Amino acid sequence: MKVMLVDDSSTMRRIQKTQLAGMGLTDVVEASNGKEALDLLDKGGVDQVLLDWNMPELDGMGFLKKMRENGAFKDVKVIMCTSESEKSRVIEALKAGANSYIVKPFGPQALKDKLGL
Amino acid sequence: MNVAYINPFISSTIATFDTMLKLKTAPGKPVAKTQPFPTYDVSGIIGLSGDAQGCIAISFPKIVALKVVSAILGAEVKVVGEELVDGIGELANIIAGNAKQHFDGLNLLISLPNVVIGRNHMLGALKGIPTIVVPFVSSVGMFSIEVAIKTH
Repeated sequence: MKVMLVDDSSTMRRIQKTQLAGMGLTDVVEASNGKEALDLLDKGGVDQVLLDWNMPELDGMGFLKKMRENGAFKDVKVIMCTSESEKSRVIEALKAGANSYIVKPFGPQALKDKLGL
Repeated sequence: MNVAYINPFISSTIATFDTMLKLKTAPGKPVAKTQPFPTYDVSGIIGLSGDAQGCIAISFPKIVALKVVSAILGAEVKVVGEELVDGIGELANIIAGNAKQHFDGLNLLISLPNVVIGRNHMLGALKGIPTIVVPFVSSVGMFSIEVAIKTH
């Protein structure tokens, strides 16, 4: 399984990468904003996306909407990672095509469950 | 200050350390900060705005900050540098973001984190906004959080 980490915080990406490695997932690509993520998505092979909310250039919601406009990525699962669990934003993300969401702080087991492992 | 505003930050700190760092922490008795005094060596600071204004700061002795960031990253960080700054900033961001959800009915906005490094630096209080300091003990050493918040 190939996972794409999309977060402007290199620290957060590193935390997630360490957690994924602990699950045996080492096929990981990283993007620091939605624009970079779209470019990586175009290269193909991504199965799941861990997507931050607030990012420069193109934020998580912007990325999600653009990604879901492209039928080629309809099977790519998206998990929104957020430090906020406000219902309105979560509902907005799910309506825009996120498959699920996870609230920071989260540990490896919660992430594993969200990834369906 | 409404003391109920302190609890979300205390519980969020405990949860964040427990979940992401696998470190147990225990809060001490909160005290009012009436004038600036030296804190520790590394502070992550988040501004609060919206229906309330103020800030939250989490401060560590240098050695504790290095241990905390090492625990976050799952790899030893030995020197004060970019990894330490990013790690403490992200930690402050997660704690503030997680606490935010407990402020029912208040539209609270949090800023990007700032990280201050300096031996025994002082954090000045915001004018007209009382500050509460909560000391914490953990298995890697002591640290503190400061919460200054005032609703309009």
